[in-house]
Amino acid sequence: METGRTPQLQVEGLSRFYSNLQAVKNISFEVRQGEVLGFLGPNGAGKTTTMQMLTGNLAPSQGRVTVVGHDLLEDPRAAKAAIGYLPEQPPVYRELTVDEYLDYCAALNRIPAGKRRAARDAAKEKCGLTAVGHRLIGNLSKGYQQRVGIAQAIIHLPPVIILDEPTAGLDPIQIREIRHLIRELGKEHSVILSTHILPEVQSVCNHVQIINKGELVLNDSIEGLAQRMQSSILTVRLRRPPGHDVLAGLPGVKKVESAEDGSLRLYHDPSADPTDALLKLAVDRDWGLTTLLPQRATLEDIFLELTTEDTAHTEAAAMHTDVRVPHKAGRGVRP
Amino acid sequence: MIFVIARQELRRLFLSPLAWTILGVVQFVLAWMFLQSVNNFLVVQSQLLGMGGEYGITELVVMPLLGNTAIVLLLITPLVSMRLITEERRNKTLPLLFSAPVSMTEIVLGKYLGVVTFLVLQLLLVALMPLALLLGGGLDLGMYASGLLGLLLLIGAFAAVGLFLSTLTQHQTVAAVGTFGVLLFFWLLDWARTGADGGVLPYLSLLNHFEPFLKGVFDTRDAIFHLLFITTFLALSVRRLDMDRVGG
Repeated sequence: METGRTPQLQVEGLSRFYSNLQAVKNISFEVRQGEVLGFLGPNGAGKTTTMQMLTGNLAPSQGRVTVVGHDLLEDPRAAKAAIGYLPEQPPVYRELTVDEYLDYCAALNRIPAGKRRAARDAAKEKCGLTAVGHRLIGNLSKGYQQRVGIAQAIIHLPPVIILDEPTAGLDPIQIREIRHLIRELGKEHSVILSTHILPEVQSVCNHVQIINKGELVLNDSIEGLAQRMQSSILTVRLRRPPGHDVLAGLPGVKKVESAEDGSLRLYHDPSADPTDALLKLAVDRDWGLTTLLPQRATLEDIFLELTTEDTAHTEAAAMHTDVRVPHKAGRGVRP
Repeated sequence: MIFVIARQELRRLFLSPLAWTILGVVQFVLAWMFLQSVNNFLVVQSQLLGMGGEYGITELVVMPLLGNTAIVLLLITPLVSMRLITEERRNKTLPLLFSAPVSMTEIVLGKYLGVVTFLVLQLLLVALMPLALLLGGGLDLGMYASGLLGLLLLIGAFAAVGLFLSTLTQHQTVAAVGTFGVLLFFWLLDWARTGADGGVLPYLSLLNHFEPFLKGVFDTRDAIFHLLFITTFLALSVRRLDMDRVGG
């Protein structure tokens, strides 16, 4: 689809070890101009580590990052000038006013002195900060601090903007505003944002990546994902159901599950629809078909399917480490 | 770019009451010392004339004042330098510098220049006091200049240690105590004298490379010692900050 455009950010074989633990495993992807890439994954999957490596805050153990043709390790100055980064916690100085802070960021990003004012005003306007320019950042609400963080990331109009959980900790109205802002930014810049809020990806991004335990398990456009979601589950209700293995033997069926209400869920390849075969067998063998419903999988289903092993792991881990509350000695009745 | 970071550092320093308090308190303490020694000098002045005038007001009032300034700077530098990197690390603002098109060396030099500028301001305020004596008499200006140069180099060395210690930890107090300990150690290395020439340890003492300046002796070896000392600790700071990116 967007093959005509050159990639703004290229990542090849990126890995990162923390001593023996490999937090990011051999990740490769590209971001083109005008793409808003949603980076999804459970907590601890390696989202933040990856973003830190893309922005030069963390040195990769292996792999290459190229930003608008500049290698991040060999030519860090040019590469970093083309990136705007908002870390998980906005890197703001609480004792400065918004204007002072943004002027400093403009200078740090080598905007010439004469153009800093214009750059600052433009960034403020995009992020809705015009009214608070003279206020101390420490006195602003969390939502406004987050906006200052975004303004900092876009002040030098970088081709690539990287936002780490930009909506975390905001109220619903603020979340809507920030999402709107990100959509606006996506028109002119390439944006990568990480999140674990699934609807956010659907509402903001046009490209999705899911990372789990350091590995890229899905890399698809939102249209491709919609395709995937349309028809990969059939909900079936049978009066005289055969064994699961019979259903699982149908062409294209990957997995059969019983739902709580007695119906069966057939997961199948989006390319191979088993509906015809199922109908034929149901009539031939008299299973008593009452319901046949192609179901739209949600992004959540896909997410859980791809990361499910991980959740099983964490649940098991949580069970093992049940927290024992120690006896509180001093709380008894004193003699 | 170094100057952008230095100016920002200085500005943020002066936004906190700490900088103003330090400037005021140090000035008050040293002014009091200065007044007392001028008083004493006036009492003994006539006897000194009888001794042939070998020692003047520069030797007896001004140079001791500069010596005391060195001790006071040893006490306050940790307080000024403790927040340099620790605070950024704690408030998670370091990514702003790391993801800007700025090299690690520029970050370190900018921070260093910021804190040195503050200490030089402090030194200038102190240096004004002896100049008041010019109203009523002469000063040995060459000796005075030598003393100030010595203090300038000393400030550079103190600040470099302070910067390095602040890259090591997230806690300002730890950085301050550490800086104070290291500085005092390098000051007192002189005590480890063995044999006639003293041995290696006293040679590394900051005191031994500062005292000649107070006597009006400018030796390039002393100046080079200070410059090497500064370079070493700045290089260590760059390395330590790079470890944040590479290690983990």
